[in-house]
Amino acid sequence: MATLLTLAEVRDGKVRRASLEAVSEARRLAGPLGASVQSVLIGHGVAALAAGVASYGADRVHVFDDAALASYATETFAHALAQVIAQEKPAAVLVPFTAMGKDLAPRVAARVGAGLVSDVVRLEVKEGRLEARRPMYAGKAFATVRWEGEPQMATLRPNVFALGTPDASRKFETVAGTAESAATRARVVSVQAGGAGKVELTEAQIIVSGGRGLKGPENFHLVEELAGALGAAVGASRAVVDAGWVDHQYQVGQTGKTVSPTLYVAAGISGAIQHLAGMSSSKVIVAINKDADAPIFKVADYGIVGDVFEVLPRLTAAAREFRKGRQ
Amino acid sequence: MKIVVCVKQVPDTEARIRIAPDGQSISEGELGWIVSPFDEFAIEEALRIKEKKGGEVVLVSLGPDRTQSALRTGLAMGADAALHLKDPLFESADTLGTARALAAAIRPLSPDLVLAGQQGVGGDNCQVPGLLAEILDLPQVTMAVKIEMGEGKATVEREIEGAHEVWETSLPVVISAQKGLNEPRYASLKGIMAAKKKTIETRDAAALGLKAEDLVPRTKTVALELPAGRPGVRMIAGDTDTQVKELLRLLHEEAKVL
Ligand SMILES: Cc1cc2nc3c(=O)[nH]c(=O)nc-3n(C[C@H](O)[C@H](O)[C@H](O)COP(=O)(O)OP(=O)(O)OC[C@H]3O[C@@H](n4cnc5c(N)ncnc54)[C@H](O)[C@@H]3O)c2cc1C
Ligand SMILES: Nc1ncnc2c1ncn2[C@@H]1O[C@H](COP(=O)(O)O)[C@@H](O)[C@H]1O
Repeated sequence: MATLLTLAEVRDGKVRRASLEAVSEARRLAGPLGASVQSVLIGHGVAALAAGVASYGADRVHVFDDAALASYATETFAHALAQVIAQEKPAAVLVPFTAMGKDLAPRVAARVGAGLVSDVVRLEVKEGRLEARRPMYAGKAFATVRWEGEPQMATLRPNVFALGTPDASRKFETVAGTAESAATRARVVSVQAGGAGKVELTEAQIIVSGGRGLKGPENFHLVEELAGALGAAVGASRAVVDAGWVDHQYQVGQTGKTVSPTLYVAAGISGAIQHLAGMSSSKVIVAINKDADAPIFKVADYGIVGDVFEVLPRLTAAAREFRKGRQ
Repeated sequence: MKIVVCVKQVPDTEARIRIAPDGQSISEGELGWIVSPFDEFAIEEALRIKEKKGGEVVLVSLGPDRTQSALRTGLAMGADAALHLKDPLFESADTLGTARALAAAIRPLSPDLVLAGQQGVGGDNCQVPGLLAEILDLPQVTMAVKIEMGEGKATVEREIEGAHEVWETSLPVVISAQKGLNEPRYASLKGIMAAKKKTIETRDAAALGLKAEDLVPRTKTVALELPAGRPGVRMIAGDTDTQVKELLRLLHEEAKVL
């Protein structure tokens, strides 16, 4: 039976949502391919997380649980994943397109000689093989890509593939793997956490982004407050990042983050092509801009022509009301 | 300190994209081409390290004839030498083939540091630095926002979701540049004049010891299409209070995202 393999990425003791999306997608593809789904879980104290991964569809979970794997290192993680690929000879390997996946997948692809397709937003089965769809040129074009040979490796854009419904009663087996003991040449010596309690952009379901229309850093709290009221993450255009109002971590766009939330609110953002590159795959886009001809309205689903200084505080107040009403 | 920088020439980010008649690639007719913005960070970082530690900065780029202008840009910024990898065999190469060719060109240079962009804008693969590191059997640190060179080692800050990791690596190493690493300089007039006098060496597949089978693509674009347009915007009228209430109602009842 063919195998579909996914990488389960662990962060702060939890399997990341993007990895569960990958397992869910593998499960969906497994039907038409008549394949089994397997996942690789790497870290320290991660064995207990296998059941969670399995509940989304993995039949077998390869667990590499070792103190030496407590923090991510390209070479040891690549060794573990490549080892499972050599053993299981999967037809496909699906890795989330996260900071870790972006670092790890190419290393493994080169090691096993696999074709790798990045930032995939759709997978389909065609004649027993996979076919991928991915945006290119800042979303100005979409490519349909196929592989030669196996494994067919892909990195999947977070927040695009639907999460399956977990089934805690699913049967699965775990296989213990042994990590490479040789010292890795590049390793993490410390981690500096960003703003605590903030929602991470690439995983957020709702994002409120602010642009130069906010006029100055002293007004950016208007964006943060609306985000707070909607339980959203905060984003920004490059103009305000370059002006030093907020850190680059918040930048959405071609040279910032690519996001696909269910709701993206752009306030005082003109909608330059490089900004659209990072957010046009959002499901619903709201634009608030005082210029009715701003290009952002071309991609928006709902638009308000208005002054952010008027609209944002009222929208925040109304959103708070709305949330209260639903509790 | 010998530093190699991988430079990719990409379509201008403002450019309008048209699909070529083959339905699989972009039409290059009127496109403007630039150095991928992330590679500018890589070139800048190489120059700053050279200014501090001495040494040599060599650019390497794989692509058709037009790629020479990207290399000239890097030379004008201050790089010392440039290698242009050009061969009809490279034209159908995927990321793995590209990385193999780059690796074959870089290996004999025995660099202490290989810098690249974290992503070639347009293709947005984020693959070549990791592929290259594996092929060259070197460590890698991707998405670097800070690099400090030590003796035989480097300390690198890497951007991940919501945090920065601090990595320590031995040299030589492949490091890919993320935005935030530095502010790239503009080429000075003097730099542009000096760049004109520098020669760009070219290497074809045979010179790199590569055969056709080394470059067979593992992935193939079978179709390239313009995106389906979005459904179009619905403008919400009224005074501000009406607008915000109506927006929330639509997001809740129609779009079902709240
Ligand atoms: C290589 C390259 C890469 C780039 N990468 C990125 C990227 O990753 N992300 C990114 O965002 N940009 C990127 N850019 C920059 C991009 O081209 C734009 O310059 C930038 O997105 C503009 O930011 P902005 O919309 O905040 O500012 P502006 O374009 O100045 O727009 C401000 C908007 O606010 C509106 N406004 C003003 N006052 C008010 C008010 N009181 N109420 C309501 N609306 C108001 C205006 O009508 C205007 O539409 C890149 C550019 C290049 C060349
Ligand atoms: N054809 C190429 N020539 C030289 N360097 C390249 C080429 N393609 C990719 N690179 C390097 O690899 C980085 C990442 O590119 P990519 O994997 O295509 O997103 C780029 O920023 C370059 O530094």
